[in-house]
Formats: sequence, structure tokens, C-alpha cells
Amino acid sequence: MYQYDKYDQKQVDARVEDFRDQVARRLSGALSEDQFKPLRLMNGLYLQLHAYMLRVAIPYGTLSGLQMHKLADIARKYDRGYAHFTTRQNIQYNWIKLDETPDILAELAQVEMHAIQTSGNCIRNISSDQYAGAAADEVADPRPWAELLRQWSSFHPEFSYLPRKFKICVIAAAEDRAAMRLHDIGIELVKRDGVLGAKIFVGGGMGRTPMIAPLIKEFVPAEDLLSFLEACLRVYNRHGRRDNIYKARIKILVHEIGIAEYARQAEEEFLHVKSLGIDPPIEEFERITAFFAPPAWEEGLSDDLDLSDPDFRLWVDQNVIAHKQPGYAIANISLKATDGIPGDASADQIDVMADLGDRYSFGELRVTHAQNIVLPHVKKSDLYALWQALDAAGLATANLDLISDIIACPGLDYCSLANARSIPLAQKITKRFADPARQRDLGELKLKISGCINACGHHHAGHIGILGVDRKGTENFQLLFGGSGAEDVSLAKIIGPGFSEDGVVDAIEKATDVYKALRTEGERFVDTYRRVGMDPFKEAIYG
Amino acid sequence: MGDPITFRTDGAHEEPAVTLDAFLDQSNATAVRLEPGEDARALIPYLDRLALIEVAFPAFRDGRGFSAGRILRESGYTGELRAQGDVLVDQIAHMRRCGFDSFAPEKPLDAAVVKTALERYEFAYQKAADATVPVWKLRHG
Amino acid sequence: MKILTGNDLASGDVVWWTGTGWSRHVEDAIDVNEQGEGIARAEEGARRVNVPYVIEASATPEGPRPAHIKDRIRALGPTIRPDLTLKPADPAAGNWVI
Repeated sequence: MYQYDKYDQKQVDARVEDFRDQVARRLSGALSEDQFKPLRLMNGLYLQLHAYMLRVAIPYGTLSGLQMHKLADIARKYDRGYAHFTTRQNIQYNWIKLDETPDILAELAQVEMHAIQTSGNCIRNISSDQYAGAAADEVADPRPWAELLRQWSSFHPEFSYLPRKFKICVIAAAEDRAAMRLHDIGIELVKRDGVLGAKIFVGGGMGRTPMIAPLIKEFVPAEDLLSFLEACLRVYNRHGRRDNIYKARIKILVHEIGIAEYARQAEEEFLHVKSLGIDPPIEEFERITAFFAPPAWEEGLSDDLDLSDPDFRLWVDQNVIAHKQPGYAIANISLKATDGIPGDASADQIDVMADLGDRYSFGELRVTHAQNIVLPHVKKSDLYALWQALDAAGLATANLDLISDIIACPGLDYCSLANARSIPLAQKITKRFADPARQRDLGELKLKISGCINACGHHHAGHIGILGVDRKGTENFQLLFGGSGAEDVSLAKIIGPGFSEDGVVDAIEKATDVYKALRTEGERFVDTYRRVGMDPFKEAIYG
Repeated sequence: MGDPITFRTDGAHEEPAVTLDAFLDQSNATAVRLEPGEDARALIPYLDRLALIEVAFPAFRDGRGFSAGRILRESGYTGELRAQGDVLVDQIAHMRRCGFDSFAPEKPLDAAVVKTALERYEFAYQKAADATVPVWKLRHG
Repeated sequence: MKILTGNDLASGDVVWWTGTGWSRHVEDAIDVNEQGEGIARAEEGARRVNVPYVIEASATPEGPRPAHIKDRIRALGPTIRPDLTLKPADPAAGNWVI
């Protein structure tokens, strides 16, 4: 994985001192809250429902065992012994003090971590495929591109006061494991005549007006990528709406002026920007790529696996994915334990995962947008010992992509933007479907809960999506079916009037009964829904 | 509001800036003011006649002026490029990188704080409108 | 009743106006009637509180109970982690929120 050189290190160190100074000016009153807010947001510090919340960046979801240990240390020393992994592959701490934040950032900087631009109207964490470098279906590792974009977007002088936040995702396979089409800019690496380049999608997003990003440019070679993105961002900075925060994302601009017109303006600006010489030389791309060379895999290892332990077998079947190197596997660690909180891990659990990453995965871990963790390079012969260690730490729930593998935003329990609590609902659903055999019978069922229209729980992209609303001061829940953030991307549709918390759990159960009654061989819930439509489900739920 | 802060050796231009519409209409003016929604490229044919372009920042969150500044420098403008309005000291460094060489903030800025802000970051990742050599060039020459 | 709330600037703690100062406990909050805005401005200006605002609450024997569930969660703590709330040992605390 990428390692800082002196330039990278100086940037984060300078940023720590910059923020330390800004905090001092806030505490002295030299800066008002209104002036300070965009500055603290650009360092990922929110004022949330209970306290300040700090969102630390995990660039494209990749981190080392050493960095993971530091995240556990921060949780213990500065927070309340736990943290939350997010739907943008970052980590959040809920109980942070403003006057300790500069010290936290200084400690993070020691292990090449930061909280730069994890909030604010600027370019956010570049997200990517959690199986990058391990999956057989990728045309190349997308992460060097993501790292190039991370540097380009950091402290960008022109794009730090955009109309709104800006989220970019890079993948490199036809299978979309990172919800790429639901980003402001989605990038898919492709090969054309043997040359590696990028397909560029612009204008996706969720929130109040979900949209799937349309294709803006078929092929951009590596040496033009930054110029092209610079052009895309400049068109947005100049013409994105600033009159209404709910209409300020780039998806609204693309929608309002039209795809062809946006593409034309971006192309025109690109031709101008290209003449400025802002693209790094190919040597820089090669320098970064070298950090993502495959680890020293052993050759000629067996793919055999002793599955005689039934619990181990269930975990392997559900959570372990094929690796491109024979004898290796990709191991998913579910942070969706029954009675747990989706995406949360205790400091002790984070330390366990860090150790296991060091011992069994060449010191590398990943965070997924589904709020789980991945050990990308595990020898098959190590899987059993790994599983036992995970089990001892409460990290071996065998439910990847099953109904209990719920994506849930923190919701009203933590978030001042929320209308309803999402975590208790996730727990109730998990409890209703507690029987693991029942879950496996239902199969792949991506259930996503957002506590408000900002959609941090990605409910628009759920096979089953739930949106929490405020109905006359009471929590109420809308149910949606048929969304997907994968390559079969679609936006979920609301099925009818909302429900109480218990009512929506009942409705989901009825929906799964309908699915089981109508499904054909091999159909997932979402496939059956797409085939038979909403009516059978509405009939069963509303009578 | 005090005197503009300027980084030019020839000092701040004194002539009041006319609106873009007025400038395009007549124009002996050598100073023009650009509002956030106006197109900086409308000035391209006249850049060599202009001594001052004042870019308005009515609200610090509105970042359109950063693009206007860069576009003007990219088009060859060498005169005074002034950021006027709700300019926060924490924005000065970015504005300098976008080509601004003078500042007329509504609320006066502490010179010591401005100096600290400008000296904070030794390096920059991107090539912009200033002379800073981007990190990728330092790495590879 | 109307009560005044905000955050402690340095720590971020949720605080409530007691009439003479700021407490971390909503039970200590007093009815500010129509003076809330004025008190808020003065206290914020003196940097004794950050982003204060007035909310509705009902007077109960246990003290003020914020009218909206969001404010009650803010007053007590996250409902799914009683150990992290201001009343970890109180089994009735959850009912007070919901």
C-alpha cells in the first residue's frame, strides 16, 4: 500500500498545525462558529447530537495493521472505547472534544493518517473496491488511480468551496462492489486496445433526489485523467446551483442542463485545461503503482480446505471469497453481530482485527461501504485459525450479504440530522430473522436503513430500503423495494404508506414470505421483485 | 475596511472598478468588477487593457471566484487580480494559488495571521495559477 | 415551557441553562419564557456556550422533559448504548426518552 514520502508527510503535519491554530482562534473567540464551521468540517469534525464527532479518512478503504492499531488507541484514549466504520469506508468517533482534536490529528499523522476533507463542500474520500488487488475480475488495481486522485484533490485551491460535497469512486471490474454509479463522479477502469483508461460517469448520488450517474466520457487515458476531472469539477464549481442546498450537487446540474450539454462543457474545458500541463508525468503514476504491487504470495499452494467443522464451513461459505492467487482467499469480517450495532467495533476488537491483518493478510485490511472489514490476502491454510480468533472476539458472524448484514446509518441515536433511529430497527430486524438457516434460505438480501433523507444508509440502493421520517413528532418508516448499488444499479421504489418500527419489521417479514412463495430457482429477493413487480408484495403487506 | 492587502510591487490600483456590463458597453475603464455568476472569459479580449480585475466574494462559502481567478491567469492576464468581500484569512492561501495578488476583505485581517497562513504549507500537490512547483514535479524533475 | 440548550465549546458536551450557568443535566434547566434568545446571545457572546437555542419541553416531577424525541436523546444519550448515557444505571431512562 501507499507510503508517504517527505512531501506527503509535510502536508499532513502542516495541516495539523494549521488546525491547531484554527482551534486556538476559535477558543479565543477570534473566529466565530460560522467562520470556524467550514474549517473544522474540512478536518472532518462535526458538532453532532451528543458531542463533536471526528471522521478519520481511510483512503479508498485500505489500511495497515499499524494504522488499525492506532485507530483502536484513539478510541481508547480520546473517545469511549469504540468506533464506527462508515458507508464511505471511513471511521467515525462519536465523543470527541474540540480542544483535543489537534492532538488526535497529530497522533494520526504519525501513522500517515488524517481527517482531511472528510466533510465540507470539497472533494471527499476517494472510495474503491474492497477486493482491489485480490479479485480476479479487475483489469488493474484501481487504488493507484485513487491515490493519484487523493493527492490531486487534497487542498485543491480552486475546489475547496464547492456548491456541495463531492464524492468520487474508482473501480476496475464489471462487477461493481463499491456503488460506483451512485457517486458524483464514478470511474471504471477499462482496457481499450491494450491501453488502460477510465470510463467516466458524472452525476450520481442519493439523498433527496437519487440519480444514477450517466456516462459522460467513454475513455480517458491515465495521462489525461487529472485534466479531465479538473475540467469536470470546474464546470461544477462555476455552474452548480448555490441557491438551495438540496439542489446543489452535481447530479442536479447534469440533470438540469442535460447529459450532452454537461459532456460538451466538460470536454471544452478539458481541451483548455490540457494545455496547462497539470497532469503529472507517467513516472508519477508508475511510482504510485509500485506501492500496490502484489504481496509476496507463495506459489503452488493447494486450494483444498478442510470444512469438517460445520460452523467453520458456514463462515467460509458465506464470508470467504475466491482470490486470484491459488491457495489464497479474501476473508470478510462482519461487523453485524446479532445484538450488535452495525459497523461498530470496540477498541479491543479493532486491535484483534489489526493483529489478524498483520498475521494473516500481509499487514493489510480493507473497510467496505457495507460497514464491514476485509482481510484481502489470507492463505487458505490459515483460514481456520483466523476464524477461531475472530469467533473468540465476536467477529465471526457468517452473514455477508444476508438480511442481517444490514447497512444502517447511526440515525437519531447519534445524528442531529436524523428523523428516526435506525439502529434499534436494525436490531429488531436481525432478531426477527435470527435463525441463521432462515437467513441462508433467504439468500442475498441487501437491506439498508437511513434515518433521514440524506441517505447515508444508502436506502435507495437497497434490495429492501428503509427511510426514517418524522411524522408529527413520531418516528415513522417508509419501505422501499428494488434498489441496487451493484452493476445492476437501480433505485428502490417506495411501496406505500409508512409504518411504525414494529410495523415495518412485520412488513419485511411478509415481503420475504411473498418472495419465498414466488421465487424461481436461483432468484434473489430483488430478482423476484423485478420479475413479478410491486403488486404481490403490496397485496400481502397492506391487504 | 482598510487598504487592500497587495502582493504586487506596483501597489493597488486606485481607479474604481466598473461592472462587467458597463465595461462591455463602453470601455475606457481599466478596472472591472466580476460578480460570482458572471463569466470571466467575457474579459479575454480585453485583458491587455485592464490594470485591475476585482472578483467579488459576497459570501465566503461561494467559491466561484476561485475559478474566475484561475481562468483569468490561464488566459494570460498579468494585471492586478483582487479578491473583494467576505474573504477569510484561511482562504488567502488558496486565493494566491488561484492567481489573486491583492485582497480587499470586508472585515480587516490581522497581518500576522495572514503571514502565518501563507507560510503554513511549503508544498502543493497541484499545479495552479501561482509559481508553486507541484510535488509531482519535485519528485520527478 | 421553554428551555435553553447548547454545547460547551471546548468539550462539546450538551449543556442546559440553569438560570445562572450551564449544566450537563436537563433536570437543572429552567423555564426561560421569552428571554431565551436574549440569554443565548449574551452567553454565546461571552463564549460560555456554543450555538445555543431554545426548545419546547414539558414540566414533569422529574424535571423538564423535552417535547421532541431528538432532544430527549440529546439530553440523555444514545438509546442503544445505555452504558454511554448520563444515567447508565437507571432502567427507566429508556422510557423517559421514548
